[in-house]
Amino acid sequence: MVRIAVDLNRCQGYAQCAFLAPEVFTLHGEEVLLYAPEADEAQREKLAQATAACPVQAILVDVVDAPSEAVSGDR
Amino acid sequence: MIGDGFLERFRREGRIVVVGASLAGLRAAETLRDKGFAGSLTMIGDEPHEPYDRPPLSKQVLLGRATADRTALPRRRSVDATWRLGVPATGLDMAARRVRLGDGDEVPYDRLLIATGVRARPWPREEEAELDGVFVLRTRDDGAALARRLAEGPKRVLVIGAGFTGSEIASACRERGLAVTVAERGAAPLVGALGGVVGAVAAELQREHGVDLRCGVMVTALEGDASGRVRAAHLSDGSTVEAEVVIVSLGATRNTEWLAGSGLGAGPRGIACDAGCRAFDFRGIVTDDIYAAGDVARCPHPLFGYQFLSLEHWGNAVSQAGIAAHNMLSESTDRLPHMEVPAFWSSQFGVNIKSVGVPSLGTQVLITQGSLEEHRFIAVYGYQGRVIGAVAFDNARWLPFYQELIERTAPFPPQFPTVDRRAEGQRPVDAGFPDPSVPSHGPTVTLSGYSPADRRMTFTPAH
Amino acid sequence: MTPSLLHQILDFANRADPYPIYEELRKTPVHHEGDGPYVVSTYYEVRSLLHDPRISSDARNLASTTGDPLTETAPEEGVLPPSFLRLDPPEHDRLRRMTNRSFGPPHCPHRVDGMRGELHGIVSGLIGDIGDTGRIDLVDQFAYPFPVTVICRLLGVPREDEARFHVWADTIAASLDPDPDADPTERGRSAHDARMQLGMYLAGLIEERRRKPGDDMLSELATAKGPDGTMATMELLSTAALLLIAGHETTVNLVTNGMLTLLRNPDVLERLRADPRLAVPVVEELLRFEPPVQLVPQRTTLTDVEVRGVTIPKGASLWLVLASGNRDPQRFENPDRFDPDRKDIQHLGFGSGIHSCFGAPLARLEARLALSELARRLENPRLLEDPPPYRQNAVLRGPRHLHIACDGIRP
Repeated sequence: MVRIAVDLNRCQGYAQCAFLAPEVFTLHGEEVLLYAPEADEAQREKLAQATAACPVQAILVDVVDAPSEAVSGDR
Repeated sequence: MIGDGFLERFRREGRIVVVGASLAGLRAAETLRDKGFAGSLTMIGDEPHEPYDRPPLSKQVLLGRATADRTALPRRRSVDATWRLGVPATGLDMAARRVRLGDGDEVPYDRLLIATGVRARPWPREEEAELDGVFVLRTRDDGAALARRLAEGPKRVLVIGAGFTGSEIASACRERGLAVTVAERGAAPLVGALGGVVGAVAAELQREHGVDLRCGVMVTALEGDASGRVRAAHLSDGSTVEAEVVIVSLGATRNTEWLAGSGLGAGPRGIACDAGCRAFDFRGIVTDDIYAAGDVARCPHPLFGYQFLSLEHWGNAVSQAGIAAHNMLSESTDRLPHMEVPAFWSSQFGVNIKSVGVPSLGTQVLITQGSLEEHRFIAVYGYQGRVIGAVAFDNARWLPFYQELIERTAPFPPQFPTVDRRAEGQRPVDAGFPDPSVPSHGPTVTLSGYSPADRRMTFTPAH
Repeated sequence: MTPSLLHQILDFANRADPYPIYEELRKTPVHHEGDGPYVVSTYYEVRSLLHDPRISSDARNLASTTGDPLTETAPEEGVLPPSFLRLDPPEHDRLRRMTNRSFGPPHCPHRVDGMRGELHGIVSGLIGDIGDTGRIDLVDQFAYPFPVTVICRLLGVPREDEARFHVWADTIAASLDPDPDADPTERGRSAHDARMQLGMYLAGLIEERRRKPGDDMLSELATAKGPDGTMATMELLSTAALLLIAGHETTVNLVTNGMLTLLRNPDVLERLRADPRLAVPVVEELLRFEPPVQLVPQRTTLTDVEVRGVTIPKGASLWLVLASGNRDPQRFENPDRFDPDRKDIQHLGFGSGIHSCFGAPLARLEARLALSELARRLENPRLLEDPPPYRQNAVLRGPRHLHIACDGIRP
């Protein structure tokens, strides 16, 4: 799975992501961006396209395979 | 102590502990590693989950477009940390430089970052808060539980408090076709953060989308049935609202109780720190090994008269995390102040609301572009003859211009014409902020005096 | 006396490489000569003016057009009402919203994404038809027909009418940017005629689509009833003309500039051939390095506006030189280096603010696909002429021909 976050302070609703990866990013009304915080690996290429196309560089996609980093309650 | 070579050694083999494993904690950890910190890094979080993003919880998750357990934050890089999740920090020994944990363990540090954030303010009457069907929304578990309940199709949902979270919840409920009543103490939704003029637009949005919005009322009691499920709420105007789900959205409380008695300048209003995120002790003396970032921190902001601002904003958490991490690793002359102009967003009823500066400091407002009636506009806030904030409804692309006005402390009202200026944009009007002595839902920005030693409350959040 | 910088920008002799002039221009971030336009060329100033509500796109706010060779003719006047490109809010917002209803999200989120397969088919067909690989004109054989076919399908304009509207579109585009030696009155008249004929042609087409709607944009624009109502016929004509011309005159340059740049940077071309995903950053860097729209003329001030210590008076004509901002060393490290590996490519290639390019997502897909497929299929491609011959236009800048040769076409 790929994890996604959008800095909506930066977002100005150019919606390039919603055009290029409509399965992950959708416009809700004229300007509200809703996105899936997690997407299928199959979306990774379209996500790269959407991320690069964002005119305000607001989209953050996992760069590390996070599960490989130990995250647990144990030490 | 901090002599030649200290920083070098610290960067190589020091111990940094981050209390709070959410947005600010994670971004700080990433920045520390980015900047070459090679020592040990321990992340302590009271929730059992790895860092996750909260904004989707009141939007995508409630709409059923995402599930709460799939909102983990993307990683900018690996942080190579020891994670202690699901165990809260319960105490701090500043002299011994140790953090005490809920399981009795103690974790030593050379430098500490506190990013424990806030939690939802619960319904004040405990036995009513315990009723099945009464929710707050702050954590991932809250989001999951509420989304599950909304999916069951309750006959009516009652939202107590029409701040940003409450309004977003009401919006999501309406979109799911659920009947919603919103009870707000103030004269309008969002009135604490955006004032009455813009709040009136928020009220219109709610009513146009079928929300049963009741302003100027308080919920006095929640009533359960024999099986302990909430069934109704009683309002201060004598009316009763029958609801199967009640969401208490009355703002947040800062997670600082664990610091009581530690000697740190921490209290209900947060942890006082300098513009470089270094925490003050209770005597008003700045520490050099304890930092704070995110919702729990309150820092003097140069652009706003050095007032101590507590900002419950996503962007503030990210930027303070970066500043704190940088300063933890820097000589005093290389340290950076946190100067970012506050900014936040909300989406409700299909409208994108964005804010820059601190509108709630404003006394007057001018609609420079668009129209309130069309729900598409820019509202500029003025305080003592200068521009102090701006809010856009579905007009985000103009905001950078207004942010520049705020940064330059441009005069208010702006003396120039703009595109899309309407009749209502000819002169400023009173922004309509409530009298701060009258409690409302918690505002997004809390002003808390001019110095860390100043105990005067300038604003009292609800309850 | 050396010719003015303004003149040098428009001078055809500098078309192949205007960047040294821009570098000169940036020494005075707000450049002004005589009664000419105020020319803004540095990144931060251009970007900030693109978001400045004191700046209008509506020619009616210009105090005077004399002295500005790019706004003198005001070719849109009289025939068709101004398109949303030349309007301010709220009219701009309303028309753009209504147009977007048949093009993009929220109403039509899958239109562009759904064209990927079709775009691929068109590209494959054009490359397959190349024939003699000893001398290929990449413009005539590929970079022009590709976006034209796409915009025709998208709008629902019959491809076989291309020969007719091609002339009109070219004339109108040329009128936006004069040949300094041509007679301005004559130019104005031919642009006027071209708009008239294009308008009449589109009116006939729209009439047909109203009677028998298809799934194309014209049909939807002609029949849609959204929250903003239906577009008036004259508005519809202006909008359709804008889309047709924009689809014609810009992507061709993006693709041609792209191939030219890749052939000048063979290491990048080789990497792209090995990994088509590199097309994503390549196209973004291209939009910075060689943007198809070099500058935005036709803006004006609603009041005196101070920029970097210069007061631009109310009603002045403004040029925002996007291509120069994109090469501003204050913003981009090594700006004259083509480097798709840049971590930070926040270019001005599509403008910014409310007028940012309407067709950007489509242009991105077209350019990515075109360049990755050309890189993959052309065997050992090389430039036969460098620099290639350019089109007259300084605003919509690009080669008129791009002659290349290759050893064959891979399947």
